Amino acid sequence: MKLWGKQKLWRNALPVICAAMLTLYSSCAGRQSALDPAGPQSLRLSRMWWLMFWVCTVVFILVMAALCEALRRARSRARPEVEPIAERKITKVIAGALGISAVILFILMIADFMTGRAVYSQPQNALQIKVYGRQWWWEFQYGDPQPSRRVTTANEIHIPVGRPVMLQMTARDVIHSLWVPNLHGKTDLMPGYQTTMWLQADRPGTYRGQCAEYCGHQHAHMAFLVVAESNEQFNAWFENQCRAAHSPIDASQQRGQQLFMTRGCVMCHQIRGTNAGGRLAPDLTHLASRQTIAAGTLQNNHDNLGNWIADSQHVKPGNRMPPSGLNGEDLQAIVSYLENLK
Amino acid sequence: MTPGEDAVKSPTDFSDSVDVQRERRQLAETWREPTGLVGWFSCVHHTTIGRRFIITAFVFFLLGGIEAVLMRLQLARPENRLLGPDLYNQIFTMHGSTMMFLFAVPMMLGLGIYLVPLMVGARNIAFPRLIAFGYYLYLFGGIFLYFMFLLNSGPDNGWFSYVPLAGPQYAPGKRADVWAQLITFTEVSSLVVAVGLIVTVFKLRRPGMSINRIPLFVWAELVISFMIIFAMPTVALASTCLILDRLIGTHFFNPAEGGDVLLWQHLFWFFGHPEVYIIFIPATGIISAILPTFCRRKIFGYTLLVLSLVATGFIGFGLWVHHMFATGLPKVAQSFFTAASMMIALPTGAQIFCWLATLWRGKLVVKTPLLFVLGFFFNFLIGGLTGVMLASVTLNQQVHDTFFVVAHFHYVLIGGSVFPLFGGLYYWFPKITGRMLSERTGRWVFGLMMIGFNLTFFPMHQLGLKGMPRRVYTYLPGLGWEGLNLLATVGGSIMAVSVLLFIVNAFQSLRAGEAANDNPWGAGSLEWATAAPPPVYNFARLSVVAGHDPLWDEFEKQPVVTGVRSDLREVLVTTVLDAAPDHKYLMPDPSMWPFLTAVATTGLFVGSIFTPWAVVIGAVPVTITMIGWFWPKRREQEEQAAAEHGHHSGAGKDEGPVGGERPIWEGQA
Repeated sequence: MKLWGKQKLWRNALPVICAAMLTLYSSCAGRQSALDPAGPQSLRLSRMWWLMFWVCTVVFILVMAALCEALRRARSRARPEVEPIAERKITKVIAGALGISAVILFILMIADFMTGRAVYSQPQNALQIKVYGRQWWWEFQYGDPQPSRRVTTANEIHIPVGRPVMLQMTARDVIHSLWVPNLHGKTDLMPGYQTTMWLQADRPGTYRGQCAEYCGHQHAHMAFLVVAESNEQFNAWFENQCRAAHSPIDASQQRGQQLFMTRGCVMCHQIRGTNAGGRLAPDLTHLASRQTIAAGTLQNNHDNLGNWIADSQHVKPGNRMPPSGLNGEDLQAIVSYLENLK
Repeated sequence: MTPGEDAVKSPTDFSDSVDVQRERRQLAETWREPTGLVGWFSCVHHTTIGRRFIITAFVFFLLGGIEAVLMRLQLARPENRLLGPDLYNQIFTMHGSTMMFLFAVPMMLGLGIYLVPLMVGARNIAFPRLIAFGYYLYLFGGIFLYFMFLLNSGPDNGWFSYVPLAGPQYAPGKRADVWAQLITFTEVSSLVVAVGLIVTVFKLRRPGMSINRIPLFVWAELVISFMIIFAMPTVALASTCLILDRLIGTHFFNPAEGGDVLLWQHLFWFFGHPEVYIIFIPATGIISAILPTFCRRKIFGYTLLVLSLVATGFIGFGLWVHHMFATGLPKVAQSFFTAASMMIALPTGAQIFCWLATLWRGKLVVKTPLLFVLGFFFNFLIGGLTGVMLASVTLNQQVHDTFFVVAHFHYVLIGGSVFPLFGGLYYWFPKITGRMLSERTGRWVFGLMMIGFNLTFFPMHQLGLKGMPRRVYTYLPGLGWEGLNLLATVGGSIMAVSVLLFIVNAFQSLRAGEAANDNPWGAGSLEWATAAPPPVYNFARLSVVAGHDPLWDEFEKQPVVTGVRSDLREVLVTTVLDAAPDHKYLMPDPSMWPFLTAVATTGLFVGSIFTPWAVVIGAVPVTITMIGWFWPKRREQEEQAAAEHGHHSGAGKDEGPVGGERPIWEGQA
């Protein structure tokens, strides 16, 4: 019999392994990557990953080597071997291998427990943010002793670098899961439950998070941004968010505001400082200060905003915003009003 | 369709004297499966029902595969508009539900139905009418699901159907109900099959096949049958509560009324995790059947392998919470499940070590079934090791619900289960059909599947680590996911080609394949001791078993069981531990009632999606058909009387159960 099976197997498998290893090493970086840690917790988690990765790689190579050696022996031999003394020796080898496996698993388990201790311990002096998961966007509420400074925003939070942020989370409708891979693992948001997680960014940057629990139609387009910035930048941003919305400054914007207040928009959206007080959809008080619209789906620019208001169902089918039926000048007016809400 | 005629020429099933030939004819007449249209719905032999299970499950495998290809095409590039969210969500739900409930479990049970009675040397499976009933329910459940899917009412909440997304408030229409009733169909089907398999293994074994000689595949089927009996009621409870919430306004899962959304997850995963082992454990049984044959030696560490199977069956119930690590349960509780999830690696590791030892000490014969087993080692090891990673709470919170998990469980389920399954199909195809599959095409199928599979799923590990969540119908460009997704799609199409090639291979072999002799691989277990395909009575000569691999243990010199009547559907019932002859039992005749009962039950199940009254009204035909099923028939009563007469006219109870004048078991084991 030709040396067919094993060679074939390895001829198939080797390039796959090599390619796999290469891809695994190529570019772990990214603004939504678990292997590009930007905070103390994700750093711990990525260390845990690499520990696991190397242990498992070594185990994999050892077992595959044993398999190859077994195949080599089994192919070259004329007759199977069954004499009991040698079998007993192999039993001992297997017992040893099982013992080693148990030890490895035990070490990994202890490593996991230690990582868990470090990652979940309660931080001091944390910034409090309440998070509400909704189909299919995120509502964030900054906690403050002063009720007028409890800022509500959507799909984008700013956090100061180096300061822990405590998230208190629940869902308004179905189960969602908040995940910012660069900063931390995920925690579910469930109706009827309050879950907490804390995270911290150690270097400035914009990190993307995405819903990780299937939540229906537009689960794919339920993202948000975490902007980590210096304390001063954060304070400036926060002070701006505390203010009421800017008033319209020209005729077109005035017309836009009027349209906003008289069409369906006010039923769902809130703009602090105006009569719009709906709580079903994202707060738009400082819409123009955000980088994206439609829960991290589109860049927040003139065209996208216009398209979204005109027919959001085309952009994100199934989302909860009905078509506005606006076009032409009316659409321009409302877009220019919203673009003023910095 | 009756393959009885071929049996006469069987070389392993000795056929010397005129007496024996006459007995064979009588057996074939006694066990004859009915023909014609009515007959088709009345069959009760395990080879017929088992074959139907396998073919039906394979058809669902193809449907699930088509759905997989559609998903891969949709994800091939960012913001693709091939499938919208509505269709994609239905398709990924259909894919998961099909592969779990309509392919994997029924396929493994179907193999069990076909092979277990042969492997333990019985003439039929226990409760054959119940098994037939289970088949029709499974078939109707599958047809019902796809019928609703074609009406655009396919379920779209995932195969896990989390509440409240699947509850009355967020899932209007009938989609979630369709899923919940599919569960009802398949769980009843699996439960009845599990009962039949357990009784077959415990009570219908050939004398001499004491509990320490049961083939490992049979052990595997026994373990999963028990797992089904303990796991399925949980999901039955959960899906019933869901239907009640949706149909009559109970609030089991509605937090606003004191219900609990996490309760669903606990109930579902208490079933859902064992379900994975229900799929995986039979695959290990297939490996333990294939390896000794192609290593030309006994399996190494039989006892350890059995203990590993049983241990996996137990521990498999203790790790469901690792599907819920992100729900914020207390950390101490999570640590317990981390420990349990890591611990299950040990019995699995023990199995792998025993198989390696078998290879190490064997004489290798490289044939297609063995190639799939070698592929299993490579693929499953990756899946098993990523499983250890997922057992860690901390790491799990990063990769949970991402493509990393998709990669992991496809490595476990395809690498760990489908690869051995294809090995098993190549291995047992000659037994089932009497034709060999092509060795050359088989190697191509294996090679393409191996490449395609790894190309599809290996990149998904990295996709998950780079932040791509599961169950998304599309993704934005610029996140570094495009290339890997395209690679996975290319791999998926290669895999699809390999499956198509297998189908071509199967059809060619059926039409003009090389005829198989009874034991083409020179294997040692009992299913190879009869003709290929087996006659309706399975075995004419009931030789006593004298070892783990009966055909390798001087089978021809063993004493033969006599006294089991060939003019009645009589089988020998043996004791649980020693398989010593206990008494004789009359197997039921073919009957159409199981089919009619399944039709009535289907009416009840489907109707209850629309109105609770369907349960009340639907109970009437179910009751009527059940009464018809169990109505004592004169012929059966006469047969029973005849059998009992023979029973009592013989020796007293102390001398053991005998039938007719001849002792059941001549000579000594």
